[in-house]
Amino acid sequence: MLDNAAFSDPQRERLLFARRLLVGALVTVVLSIVLILRYFDLQISRHEDFATQSNKNRVLVRPLPPQRGLIYDRNGLLIADNRPSYDLTIIPERTEDMDQLISDLSELIDISERDIQRFRKNLKRRRPYEQTALHFNLSESERAILAVNGHRLAGAETSARLDRYYPFHDLFAHVVGYVGRINERESQNIDPVKYSGTDSIGKIGLEKYYQQQLLGTVGSEQVETNARGRVMRVLEKNPAVPGDNLTLYLDSNLQREVYKAFAGKRGALVAIEVETGGILAMVSAPSYDPNLFVSGISQKNYDSLLYSKDRPLFDRAIRGQYPPGSTIKPLFGLAALESKAISTDFTIEDNGFFYFKGIERPWRDHNSAVGGHGSGVGLARAIVESCDVYFYELGVRTGIDMLAKYAAEFGLGHTTGIDMPGERPGIMPSRAWKKGARGSSWFNGDTINVSIGQGFMLTTPLQLAVMSARIASRGDVRTPRLVKAINGVDLNADSEIGKIDIDQRYWDYVHQAMKDVVHSPHGTARKINHNLGYTIAGKTGTAQVISIGAEEKYDSSTIDKRQWDHALFVAFAPVENPKIAIGLIVENGEHGGLVAAPIAREVFDAYMQSQQPASMANR
Amino acid sequence: MHRNDFVRQLTSPGGDRRRARAMHIDIPLLLILLVLCGIGLAVLYSASGESISYIKRQATFMLVGLISMIAIAQLTPRFWQRWSIFIYLGGLLSLVVVLFFGVGAKGAQRWLDLGFTRFQPSELMKIAVPMMISAYLSNHYLPPRFKHVLIATAAALLPVFLIARQPDLGTSLIVFSSGFFAIFLAGIGKRYLISTGLLAVAAIPIMWFYVLLDYQKQRVLTLLAPEDDKLGAGWNIIQSTTAIGSGGLGGKGWTQGTQSQLNFLPESHTDFIIAVLAEEFGLIGVLTLMLVYLLLIGRCMVIALNAQTMFSRLVAGTLSLTFFVYIFVNMGMVSGILPVVGAPLPFISYGGSAIVTLFSGFGILMAISTEPKRI
Repeated sequence: MLDNAAFSDPQRERLLFARRLLVGALVTVVLSIVLILRYFDLQISRHEDFATQSNKNRVLVRPLPPQRGLIYDRNGLLIADNRPSYDLTIIPERTEDMDQLISDLSELIDISERDIQRFRKNLKRRRPYEQTALHFNLSESERAILAVNGHRLAGAETSARLDRYYPFHDLFAHVVGYVGRINERESQNIDPVKYSGTDSIGKIGLEKYYQQQLLGTVGSEQVETNARGRVMRVLEKNPAVPGDNLTLYLDSNLQREVYKAFAGKRGALVAIEVETGGILAMVSAPSYDPNLFVSGISQKNYDSLLYSKDRPLFDRAIRGQYPPGSTIKPLFGLAALESKAISTDFTIEDNGFFYFKGIERPWRDHNSAVGGHGSGVGLARAIVESCDVYFYELGVRTGIDMLAKYAAEFGLGHTTGIDMPGERPGIMPSRAWKKGARGSSWFNGDTINVSIGQGFMLTTPLQLAVMSARIASRGDVRTPRLVKAINGVDLNADSEIGKIDIDQRYWDYVHQAMKDVVHSPHGTARKINHNLGYTIAGKTGTAQVISIGAEEKYDSSTIDKRQWDHALFVAFAPVENPKIAIGLIVENGEHGGLVAAPIAREVFDAYMQSQQPASMANR
Repeated sequence: MHRNDFVRQLTSPGGDRRRARAMHIDIPLLLILLVLCGIGLAVLYSASGESISYIKRQATFMLVGLISMIAIAQLTPRFWQRWSIFIYLGGLLSLVVVLFFGVGAKGAQRWLDLGFTRFQPSELMKIAVPMMISAYLSNHYLPPRFKHVLIATAAALLPVFLIARQPDLGTSLIVFSSGFFAIFLAGIGKRYLISTGLLAVAAIPIMWFYVLLDYQKQRVLTLLAPEDDKLGAGWNIIQSTTAIGSGGLGGKGWTQGTQSQLNFLPESHTDFIIAVLAEEFGLIGVLTLMLVYLLLIGRCMVIALNAQTMFSRLVAGTLSLTFFVYIFVNMGMVSGILPVVGAPLPFISYGGSAIVTLFSGFGILMAISTEPKRI
């Protein structure tokens, strides 16, 4: 191997290198020509195409957010409106120094750390030359301050926007709900195109349930900008389509009466138009002002609502689950009659206690202390005077399967399907339910508890109202609805979807018994029958908050007020031609007849008055 | 350091050229570089949305680069020849360290945090690899034998793979070409060249299925059909070709490019800055820049031809050819004839370490150009 190559030859090496470098230089020239040809091709041969393309880029498409649909009550009163509000926005491309600008602005108006954080986060997901909000809801004086200092705040602008406004404040809070800023989780589930330019979304209540309809369709405008992105002219405008307007079955006047009646109390009332299933009034007390949430509630306000002992944010009407107590007695009476477990002639002797074979401990009547309801107690009297012992016997004779079957038909134990999000199903216990939920078999003792609406049984005020409406209409099954019409077109949701099959005689019998609850001198709600110009059928109820032993006596003076019994009442009116049916509960109200029934009377009075304004005025 | 490492200071009686030579400054090279820096700052001003702070920072980088260039030029090529192996090994070590302890952005680990400053080892390798291979090959008789070619190839490929792992395809491509050019210029036989070429072709499917990551494959596919992915990877290419094409012959005027000013052009102040130049100054601007670049490369090749030692020749030739690779890769990718890899346009794109590296390379060229003739 050590041949003549071993002799170093600098001259030869140098020549070889020069030849190679020449090759390199040639390749460089050739590739340079390739590059030049490419740029020539783009810039000269295809210049026209690209110039057109680039001009298209100067045309920006800007979203035009739609106006959110309005919500009216049945009389055309506006209960959810849009009002202009002003935001401080920034277009970063037009600012010199963002940090400096923000600190300048902070000196002029009150900008919180939270504002700045949200602003910086939103900056990352915006398009070039799109304005990003730094601070919402400028006051009049803040707008004036910004206008005066505008010349030294390049890039900052005041921009107008429509914000949701609820003129009735707390009156419809739980029903209508509210809109709020789209949060991160929501932004992942929405179509960004449909929501471009829109920054609020229905969070709860009708605003959430009808979000799609209320939103509207986003429009757009094509604008030509100069090289700095400033709009020179609008080329084409494709206006936004406002969201659908909703008309509710709700009656603001009735709602206000109900809300007034609950002043200082906790509870809920739902009133249903019997003919249609439409919700006439739906109140959960206490309430809150939904306007607080529209442009972001302060932590302090939110905490005070969230941690209040009275739980104003909790919608008791559809989410509160309470034992129905004696309010289910008419329903179970109908179930027992229709299933032939008892007849209308069947009577018992009630001495205040009910013994079941094989169980030593007796079940107590609510008036066991005065020796029960006496002898010859039939179904009618058991409803009118609310005799528990009769219903223990009735429950055992009818059996849980039959009770559960009819309860389900009257709307208990499952969601009613109302057009509201977050409704709770309550519990109508059955053999299958107990096996699944508790893992044990059903005992007769369970049936006895259920037959007076206690034990495992839970219902929402909405379910009580639905049950009441189905009794009132003699078995017409209608889904409760809040929205009557969309854009003035009736939804026809009032068409009946089923019929509970019960003999007319039994309807008559139970209606009469419920009427006597109010109108007879022994009725548990007799307190509300004075000067009554129409007829009311009802049933009182008392739901235990704490369990009382058979031998113990419930004594409100010895227990905390928050553990007092809940007072319940279901009713409809007028009895002959039922128009309105209600279910209501007053938390810790103790007695249905004394606390809950008077509220029903006020509501019925207001409703009956509104039905015949002309004839009332003539009288 | 030897006393000999510093070139003897010739007492030169008058004449700018001779005085410059005494300071180890190659006047034509320096002038061309200053022109490039000027063009760079002007285009950057427009591309950064007329940001003074960008210009200040870039000018500072350029100043630091100029100072390092002049400092490096004071050391003789012999010094660099002797130390190249250690610089290379140090660079290799820091590349390994960067894989484990590196910091970085956008999913790539490229930096070593030294506390007071951050250091990018792959930048160092752009100079260390050609120097080390040139030093190694020039120690043996040329043309190199098979054994030497093999060792030189291994020395080049090792850092290439380490850099590709970061992943930084653009830099590893530069380092690879610098190694290749050094071996090529050393006079490697034609048989080797042809067989290497065939091997490279054979390696394409292997690279595609086993080495390239999904996003890298996507970039190649995007090159072939950018319209298929309008909003994703194709967006950059569509917007950059639109910017270039709409510039036409004379351009839209400085700071008047709508594509770049309206933020349609991504990375407009870094890798895609040539599109800003092409949009605002048109084909005339592009050709002018090309001319300046080719003058620079031409000057470097002259320096290579006139160099005193084989080492100097190889280093100078390699650096000039590699410099063209920067330009070709960047201008090719922005105009849509090469896949998108991260490769800045020398002296025009914003970025500190790239500029300092470039100037350092030219510092070595200046040292070579002003090396006294050996008799």
